[in-house]
Amino acid sequence: MTTFRHAKLAVRLSLGAALAFGLATSLPAKADEQFFPLQSYRVGPYAAGGTGFFGGFIDYLNLINIRDGGVNGVKLTWDEGETQYEVERGVEVYERLKGRPGVAAWNPLSVGIAYAMIDRISKDKVPLITINHGRTDSTDGRVFPYVFPLLLNPYSETSGIVNYIATREGGSEKLKGKKIVVLYHGSPYGKETIPIYKLLADKYGFELEQIEVPHPGNEQQSQWLSIRRAKADYVVLRGWGVMNPVALKTAQKVGFPVDHIIGNVWSNSEEDVIPAGDAAKGYVAITTQASGAEYPVLQEVIKTVYGAGKGNLDDKKRIGSVYHNLGIVNGILNVEAVRIAQEKFGKRTLTGDEVRWGFEHLALDPARVEALGAKGLFHSINVTWDNHEGNGRVTFQQWDGAKWKVVSDWISPDWAALRPIIEKSSTAYAQERGIKIRTSGDDPVGQ
Amino acid sequence: MTTISEAAPTPARSSLLNANVLGIVLLLVLAYGLVPLIGSDYLMDAVLTPFLALALAAVGLNVLTGYAGQVSLGSAAFLAVGAYAAYNLNLRLPQLPLLADIVLAGGIAAAVGIIFGLPSLRLRGFYLAVSTLAAQFFVQWALTKFGWFSNDNASGVIDAPVIRVGSLTFTSATGRYVFSLTIVAVATVLTARLLSSQTGRNFIAVRDHEIAARVIGVPLLRTKLLAFGVSSFLIGVAGVLWAFAYLRTVEPAGFNLDRSFQILFIIIIGGLASLRGAFIGAAFIIVFPLLLSRLGAAVLGSVFDSGVLEMSQRIVIGALIIAFLIAEPRGLIALVDRAANVLRRLRSSQT
Repeated sequence: MTTFRHAKLAVRLSLGAALAFGLATSLPAKADEQFFPLQSYRVGPYAAGGTGFFGGFIDYLNLINIRDGGVNGVKLTWDEGETQYEVERGVEVYERLKGRPGVAAWNPLSVGIAYAMIDRISKDKVPLITINHGRTDSTDGRVFPYVFPLLLNPYSETSGIVNYIATREGGSEKLKGKKIVVLYHGSPYGKETIPIYKLLADKYGFELEQIEVPHPGNEQQSQWLSIRRAKADYVVLRGWGVMNPVALKTAQKVGFPVDHIIGNVWSNSEEDVIPAGDAAKGYVAITTQASGAEYPVLQEVIKTVYGAGKGNLDDKKRIGSVYHNLGIVNGILNVEAVRIAQEKFGKRTLTGDEVRWGFEHLALDPARVEALGAKGLFHSINVTWDNHEGNGRVTFQQWDGAKWKVVSDWISPDWAALRPIIEKSSTAYAQERGIKIRTSGDDPVGQ
Repeated sequence: MTTISEAAPTPARSSLLNANVLGIVLLLVLAYGLVPLIGSDYLMDAVLTPFLALALAAVGLNVLTGYAGQVSLGSAAFLAVGAYAAYNLNLRLPQLPLLADIVLAGGIAAAVGIIFGLPSLRLRGFYLAVSTLAAQFFVQWALTKFGWFSNDNASGVIDAPVIRVGSLTFTSATGRYVFSLTIVAVATVLTARLLSSQTGRNFIAVRDHEIAARVIGVPLLRTKLLAFGVSSFLIGVAGVLWAFAYLRTVEPAGFNLDRSFQILFIIIIGGLASLRGAFIGAAFIIVFPLLLSRLGAAVLGSVFDSGVLEMSQRIVIGALIIAFLIAEPRGLIALVDRAANVLRRLRSSQT
């Protein structure tokens, strides 16, 4: 009797073990998945940017999953870790999520976190995407094989803004003797453009003053008094988060004309101008992606994703806002990089290095952008192994009190003039760190 | 007379000492042997290394605030001084070994600490705390203002060098953890030795009654400045670990007033004037939120987004802090000691 019982137990145990073993082994073999770890920030002073951007990114990934069943059948997955835009939290989330299978790319949307990750992702061989921001010299893919400041690096942004001011004045020779004040956010992101503004000031002969606003920037009285004292012709607002509406309101208080404040790419959202109310009417800002929900891809997001109750934004009025659209564009770029890499490596879960190859061949011409339903949302991109920015175009938009109105064509920054400066900085970095410079796109680590 | 009074408590003390030494040895065996063996990279890189760095900073602040009774809100500034000093020493004097850089960086932090400790000769309590804020703001300002400190890096962010001692390089998660553990262990033992010496007793005398301390011949000036120096030295070394072993990058904004408060809360919650308290407090402030966050994400991650979870964690942690401090105002370490006493009594009543 007891032996029988023992035998039964043994059978049960072995069955259970087999089942558990089967489960364990079948897990990785399940459907192919590509994982996007998200170091998002939905709390803290920069939550407006975080919820909009990561909301748009997730909405687009959801669209691909629901509408197409993933990228060629490979499902897109993601997981969020809250960073509050703080470096050490970003690093913690990196360490937490990096071990997940099938990590495609990292999109931290924070220069500080991105800097902390450069060594780590280079070692782990996974791409790091810093759309519209990041470390400028990482544009040089010869030195930074895994870092992609897509669409617009800070130097291109600077060049675009200065060119725009020049057109407003009637030509770059008219910049001579003008006074431009750059009001920048006291963070790695804010400081990134200090040298390039100096350089352009020397080149065009305008007077330059760069004033820091300490993070988070909710007190700017003294800065704007200095701006008034300096009799500035233009103020470039290189802000982020709460600093932007405060700047616009303070400008109104000291009597600085709002249409002579030019916002950079992180001072260009609805969340920056609506809290400033009347003070923002007439404010101009640079952007790489238009706002509005009239583009086909956004209509599909509204119909397919929000229709299914899977939309990520709590406030549906924010669909089509600048940050949400940036998240959508970021989603398009990530997904297309995966798709392009799948063409080469097969329609399966890719390694980070394979996705890196995809990003290095991410060429979306206006026709392809239109096919993706994003015509007019952004212009085009052409990333190569040594140009990780991909020559994104910019446009300028003006706030009319209710919405952004585009007031310029798609403008090209002065890439040819910027490239030598970028290469100087990146080769210096390569020397300092003993990195061998790549000579072709085939060898990611330059060995 | 002295021989009698010292001889009497020896048996009891030595058994207690043995128990303590045994505990520490056991802990070190666990930390050196077991953790690297079974711990994941995540545990070592994202949990234990920052825990060790901030625990050391808390030990440093505890010397100043817990033992010597001088309240300081400038800890983050001394962390920053340590990190940036080590970076610049390593950059500008490449022939120096990294260990020397770390010790010198601690020394520089100590020098800065002593300068900002000077007001302690005239100010006490809240007034001193406010005056140490000067360190906080001045250091952050200086590091942002002068590009030299960050080698004129455009963003003001520095890349920490690889940790190298002799021919050993600590590039893996385990390596960085073991390196941090060694530095923290050595620094803590040295601090414990210092605190049990005459200097440590001077610290306590100054804390408990300044005038009485002066009357019995404790040199106030030297003792206070020494406390600031030792404390800043430890915090400076902790800053090097934070920058080199944990983040591997540094920006001045990472050393803001919030960080100073965090370290102050570690020692208040862990227990003032207790080295173990610094470690337990650091565990509560650094490790516990991470555990809670991971638990929250695992259990409720599909229901709420990460922002809501983050907010609820803050509420939980805030409530726990209040509950702990009501239950035991002397900190978590007092709770631990009480629990240990209960256990001991139970055991002795059985025998």
